Amino acid sequence: MTIAPACPLPLMQHETVQMAHGAGGRLSQTLMQRVFMPHLHNSFLDLLDDQAKLELPAGRTAFTTDTYVVSPVFFPGGNIGELAVNGTVNDLAVGGAIPLYLSTGFVLEEGFSLVALETIVMSMASAAQNAGVIIVTGDTKVVGKGQCDSIFINTSGIGTIREGVNLSCCNLKKGDCIILSGTVGDHGMAIMTSREGLSFQSHITSDCAALNGMIGKVLDAVPMIHAMRDPTRGGVAATLNELAHSSSVGIEINETSIPVKPDVRGACELLGIDPLHVANEGKLVLVVPADCSETVLNVMRAHEHGRDAVIIGSVVNDHPGMVVMRTVFGSRRIVDLPLGEQLPRIC
Amino acid sequence: MKYIDEYRDPLLARNLLEEIKRKATRHWTIMEICGGQTHSIIRNGIDQLLPDSIELVHGPGCPVCVTPLESIERALLIAAKKDVIFTSFGDMLRVPGCSKDLFMVRSEGGDVRIVFSPLDALQIARDNPLKEIVFFAVGFETTAPANAMAVYQAAREGIENFSVIVSQVMVPPAMCAILSSPDNRVQGFLAAGHVCAIMGYEEYEPVAREFNVPIVPTGFEPVDLLAGILKTLELLEEGRSEVVNLYRRVVSREGNRFAQETIRKVFEVRDRQWRGIGLIPGSGLGLRPDFSRFDAEKKFNVTHICASESPQCKSGSVLQGILKPDACPAFARECTPEHPLGATMVSSEGACAAYYNYHRNAYSL
Amino acid sequence: MCLAIPGKLFEIFDENGLKMGTVDVNGAKTRACLEYVPDIQIGQYTIIHAGFALKIIDEEEAAESLKLWQELIESGAFQPDDDLSSADSL
Repeated sequence: MTIAPACPLPLMQHETVQMAHGAGGRLSQTLMQRVFMPHLHNSFLDLLDDQAKLELPAGRTAFTTDTYVVSPVFFPGGNIGELAVNGTVNDLAVGGAIPLYLSTGFVLEEGFSLVALETIVMSMASAAQNAGVIIVTGDTKVVGKGQCDSIFINTSGIGTIREGVNLSCCNLKKGDCIILSGTVGDHGMAIMTSREGLSFQSHITSDCAALNGMIGKVLDAVPMIHAMRDPTRGGVAATLNELAHSSSVGIEINETSIPVKPDVRGACELLGIDPLHVANEGKLVLVVPADCSETVLNVMRAHEHGRDAVIIGSVVNDHPGMVVMRTVFGSRRIVDLPLGEQLPRIC
Repeated sequence: MKYIDEYRDPLLARNLLEEIKRKATRHWTIMEICGGQTHSIIRNGIDQLLPDSIELVHGPGCPVCVTPLESIERALLIAAKKDVIFTSFGDMLRVPGCSKDLFMVRSEGGDVRIVFSPLDALQIARDNPLKEIVFFAVGFETTAPANAMAVYQAAREGIENFSVIVSQVMVPPAMCAILSSPDNRVQGFLAAGHVCAIMGYEEYEPVAREFNVPIVPTGFEPVDLLAGILKTLELLEEGRSEVVNLYRRVVSREGNRFAQETIRKVFEVRDRQWRGIGLIPGSGLGLRPDFSRFDAEKKFNVTHICASESPQCKSGSVLQGILKPDACPAFARECTPEHPLGATMVSSEGACAAYYNYHRNAYSL
Repeated sequence: MCLAIPGKLFEIFDENGLKMGTVDVNGAKTRACLEYVPDIQIGQYTIIHAGFALKIIDEEEAAESLKLWQELIESGAFQPDDDLSSADSL
């Protein structure tokens, strides 16, 4: 049996999520028909089964999951829904997979605006369409006021790994180039400066984007790339440290080559935060053999998400497990893992 | 960025370094008082670039590091109370008390919020009239005007659900304490530019004369610091115990008199405990009697709380420039940023944290 | 101890009886209390600490010291074409 999608009529103002929306009864159905299905419907979801039945292409399968809890839920450049789709798509793509299917689970706080929820669902639908993935199954729970912060979203994703591609954090070799796809810190500073209480009237925009399109083009051109990561939480510093640690090699980067947008830099200076420690949601770190680096850069720069791609450093034999930055003054310092949450500081 | 990038010019920095190398005829020990300057020196690797003859020792100018353990303990107690919204600069949240920090209080249900300005804390008080809003007013002279204004404005508007834990400290008495110590090795000072932006540098002139040391107020960017080191070195080589202001774009001799006036209206000079160092007479600020109703320690009746430090932590010696962080037996062993024994391992300005983050295994670089 | 960053004032307003302003820090805009710099004009640079403008930056003094330093560069050991990032030149 299929249910024809209901007309996406605008929801009434002031309408909010009720406990009954998650109780499986009539209100749950209303929520499905009025908020979720109009935007997400497809041949899998339309069946309203408890599971999606998938046919996967031959080859190895990649499978990943991530849970999104961002506050504020709406931020300049995106919202939690877009983030939940793009983040999981990127987690598949950096493993060399072609992302195919996503699942999504919502935890909604009682009292959360249904208009806001619908906006988030619409963003998920368009993000999925842009990334070429299908949301095939989902679930919604409602918790009492104060038991979660507005809305949490989990997405899991499945993709098929490309033939002949072997990306791993353990693959780094001396002499490899480290390539960064663009400016650092945009997402984290967009979130931080849009939080209440920090006196910002800023318009720093999140870089939230699906990277599978660009990654596909890069891997078509250069399948022998050694490693790829999306530098989300902990920023580029955390990603580079993980790569150096996993491969037991050193990484050396140049301070002058790290691209930072002017307003992001301004906000980082003001709050005393290192842009290398700030989260990104649409950036890519690649480790490539030096002789392929020009080709990779050219492919990336031709893509909208890689226009500012640049070589930021290289893999070295010295100081295994450590990332070292060469400063503009010729001195060197350790680029360490950030310690937990980035806090604005006055000193 | 205007007024930043000019002072990060590598060419200028290298030429200043050459001048420093050329002019240093013997070993000199210079202390940068301010933790912000320590952070910048280590982050930019300036200490690696200096000739061996110039030894930089790192001073106690980190309010987070010197806020006494008992203030932290009192803050933790107040923050844990129902109906309290505890507000603080981000810096203080990871500072360890005896067994907890503010993050842990938050995880146990305390309403702990980070603010960028003390006025943001006051706004939270306006918005939540049924809650008690407490602000952790830490800082040196630089932050005193901001903290004073929050209290002054609360009084003016009659915002009675607002109070502060004051941990305000001042530089000149700490300098005198360091110079009076029998273990003192410091021969010249870089004075903290932003403290001097408020207070001016007049008050350093008697210190320079009495203790026969040159004092050079300077900024925080690499070129400012190198120029400050060069000037201190020149004064040392010439045997001149003077105050020479190298942060002229921000610092004047008299400082900011509007800010000083508000500080004086709200605060009075007190003796003050410095974490790891001990009592320094006349080195702190407390609320004047007119404003004592905004004293959170009295309001919440926690003035009796006392606490003592881990005996393993040598932060007192580090803060006085007697011990380098990596010479402490606990450094990077029992004491790390994840499990700090003392505040100097927590604050991004803390000398121990700066060494840990940027310098650890420096020999292998 | 005190992170204070230069920014350019582009708006002045009153809030709860306090003189406040919006300051542009390299494109990031933040609010600051201007009570301690009552003479500040729009377009001037000030340094911001904990949401307060501490001091108007003295442009003449800044230009003066940069001029002195420029002379140092001109007579200095390192010239603009030198490779400064190399450790060998240390």
